[in-house]
Amino acid sequence: MTGKHPSLRSDRRRLMKWAGASAALGSLSFPALVRAQSGPLKVGVILPLSGVLSFPGIATRRGTELAVKMFAEQGVTLDVTYADYESKPENGRVVAERLIRDGCTILIGAWDSGATISAAQACEAAKVPLVVNVGSARQITEQGFTQVFRNFSPSDDIVAHGVQRFKEILRPGFEPKTAVVLHVNDTFGQATSGAVKALWEKSGMGIRIVDMISYDARARDLSVEVAKAKASGADLVAPITRVNDAILIVREMVKQDYNPMAIYGPSSPGPYEKAFTDAMGKYANDYLVSVPWYDASRALTKRVLDRWSKAYPDGRFELNSGFGWESIQVVADAFQRAKSNRSADLHEALRQTHINDHIMAGGPIVFDGKGQNPNIGIPLLQVQNQEPVVVGPKDAAQAAVKLPMTRWSERA
Amino acid sequence: MNELYVGALINGLLIGAVYALIATGLNLIFGVMRVVNFAHGEMVVIGMYMGYGLWRLTGWPPIATIPFALIGLFAMGYGFQRWIGNAFVARPQHVQFVLYIGLALVITGVHAVIFGPDPMGIQSAASFDVYRVAGLRIDATRLHAALAACVLIALLWAWLRFSLTGKALHAAADNLLGARAIGIRTNHIFALAMGMGAACAGAAGALLAPLYDTQPYLASEFTLLAFIIVIVGGLASLPGALLGGVLVGVAEAFAAVVIEPSAKSLFSYGLLIIVLVLMPQGLLGGRQGAGR
Repeated sequence: MTGKHPSLRSDRRRLMKWAGASAALGSLSFPALVRAQSGPLKVGVILPLSGVLSFPGIATRRGTELAVKMFAEQGVTLDVTYADYESKPENGRVVAERLIRDGCTILIGAWDSGATISAAQACEAAKVPLVVNVGSARQITEQGFTQVFRNFSPSDDIVAHGVQRFKEILRPGFEPKTAVVLHVNDTFGQATSGAVKALWEKSGMGIRIVDMISYDARARDLSVEVAKAKASGADLVAPITRVNDAILIVREMVKQDYNPMAIYGPSSPGPYEKAFTDAMGKYANDYLVSVPWYDASRALTKRVLDRWSKAYPDGRFELNSGFGWESIQVVADAFQRAKSNRSADLHEALRQTHINDHIMAGGPIVFDGKGQNPNIGIPLLQVQNQEPVVVGPKDAAQAAVKLPMTRWSERA
Repeated sequence: MNELYVGALINGLLIGAVYALIATGLNLIFGVMRVVNFAHGEMVVIGMYMGYGLWRLTGWPPIATIPFALIGLFAMGYGFQRWIGNAFVARPQHVQFVLYIGLALVITGVHAVIFGPDPMGIQSAASFDVYRVAGLRIDATRLHAALAACVLIALLWAWLRFSLTGKALHAAADNLLGARAIGIRTNHIFALAMGMGAACAGAAGALLAPLYDTQPYLASEFTLLAFIIVIVGGLASLPGALLGGVLVGVAEAFAAVVIEPSAKSLFSYGLLIIVLVLMPQGLLGGRQGAGR
C-alpha cells in the first residue's frame, strides 16, 4: 500500500480540475459582476415590433424612445436594447432570456399578456425585474411572480371602471338592453371577455349579453362573426380586439349595414390607434372604448406631447406610447434611487416606487405587494372626427359624448 | 336567421371559388408531373404583394393586377421548372420535397427582406362596396374575386380541353413514355404545367389582396388549404378542385355560424379526415382526372 487509493487520486485530480475551472470562471464572472454595479443601466425592452401586433408595438417603442431621450437630457443615461418577439407570445421567454444573457439587469415588456407571462418566467428564474408597460390579463400579477411590476390596469379593473363610465352616459334615447361580445380568443381576449361576462351581470347596467362570439387571433376574415352578431339583434356591440381585427369588424359592419345603438370596446385596443382611424375614415367615428389614457391637463403631459409632435409629426400619442414613456420613467426613477444597476437593488427600489408627477391619468405610480399599480385612471374615449377624445368622466371630458351612433349610410 | 345562413352560404361559395383557383394550380402541377409544389402558398403571396403594390402605386383595384400576376408568375414557374425543377422530376419524392420546400423558404425570405414582416392591407372606399340582391348584401370585392376566379378556371379548362398544347399536357399526364414516343417535348410540357399552376396561384393571390392583409408568413396556410382542397376534391381532378374549394369555403362558413367561429379550421380538417376515411381517392378523384 504505497500510494493512495486510485479513486482518491482520481477525486483529487478532479477536484483540482474543478478548482481550476472555477477560478477561471470566477475571473471571468467577477469582472462582469463588477461591471454590472457601475456604469449605465442596461435595459431590455421586449415588444412585438413585427407581425400582427406591430402597429401598437411600434407606437410603444416610440414612446419608450422619446422617454429615453428626455431622461438622458436630465442626466439619466439608459442603455436600451429592443427585442422583437414577432407577435408570437410563446417567444416572450426566449427573447427575455437572450436579453438577460446579454447583460440587461432590468426588462420592460411585453405589450401582449401572453408574451408578458412568458417573459416573466425567464425574469423570475434569473431574478431580473420586469416592468410591464402594457398587458392586462389579471394572471400576470396573480401567479406569484416576485419580479413583475405592472404599470397598467388588469382587464377586469378596466372593465369595472368602464361599467361606471358607461352607466354615466345612459340617458333617455340611449338605453341599450342587449349586447353581443366579439372577442379575440388569446390570453387577453379570454381574460377580458370573462371579466365582461362576470362584471356586466353584477353591475346592474341592465344590459343582457345575448352572445359571446370568439374568433382566432390570426383570423383574416370576420364576415361570419359579424353576421352572427347582427343576427343576434343586439343593441350594443362590444368588441374586444386588437387594431387589425377592429378594422375587420367595423368594415364588415358597414358592409352588412349593421347599425347598433353603439360600439363599445370594454378594455380594448384598436379604435384609438392611428392605423384604425386612418383605415376606417368616417366609419371610425362614434366608436367608444374604456382604456387607460393620458391626462392632457398635466404640465408634464403637455411637455411630452410637445416633444412627441416634433419627433413624430405623423404619429399619434396614445395609450401605447404613453405607457411606453412611463415604463422608462419607472425604470429611471428606480435607477436613480437605487444608485446601482444590480437587479436586486433595482427590485428593491421598484418596490418603493412613488411617482406623483407622471403623464397617464390616475394617482401616483406605486406598486402593491403583487407588483400591481392600483392607481391607474380609466376614462371613456370616443372617436370623434377621427381622433380619440375623452368623453367621461365629466370632470375630465374634452367633448360631449355622441349617442346613439350615426348610421353608416348617413355619414357624410 | 335565414339571412345569416344564406349569407354564410354565399360567403362560403364566393371565397371557395378563389380557394378553388389556388387548388387548381396545385392540381395541374401534380396531375402532369406527379410533383407536389410545396411552394404553392408562397406563389399566392407573390400575387398578393403584386396586388397590394399596384394599388399603392396606381390606386387601381387589385383585380387589375391579374394580367401582371398571370404573366409574372407564369414566367417564374416556367423558368424555375425548365432550368431547375425538370432535373428533379424523375428523382425520389423526398428529394423533390426538399427542392420545393427550399423554393418556398427562399420566396418567404425574399418577401420578408423586401416588404418586412408586417401585414399590409388595402384600405380604399371600394372595400366597403356591396351589392343588394333580394334583401341580401353581397360583398362586392368578394363577388368580383369569385367571378374572376371562375372565369380563369373556365378558361384553363377550355385551354386544356381544346388546344393542341392542352392535349399534349393530357397526353404527358396519361402516359409519359407514349407522349415522348410521339414527339411531345416533355421538358417544355412540365415547365408549362408549372407555369400555368404558378399563374393560377398568382392570380388567386391578386384576388385575395383586398380581402386579407398581406404578409410573408401567410403562405403556409394557403399551401395547407390547397392540399386539403385537392385531397377532398380528388388528386389531379380539375372539377374536384372546384368542388373541394367550394366545399371547404362553405364548410368553414357554416362551422363559424353553427359551432363557433374559432372552430372554422377544425371543420375543414374534420372534412379532410372524413373524406380520407370514406373516399381515399377524393370526391371526384376516381372518376375524372385533370387532363385525363
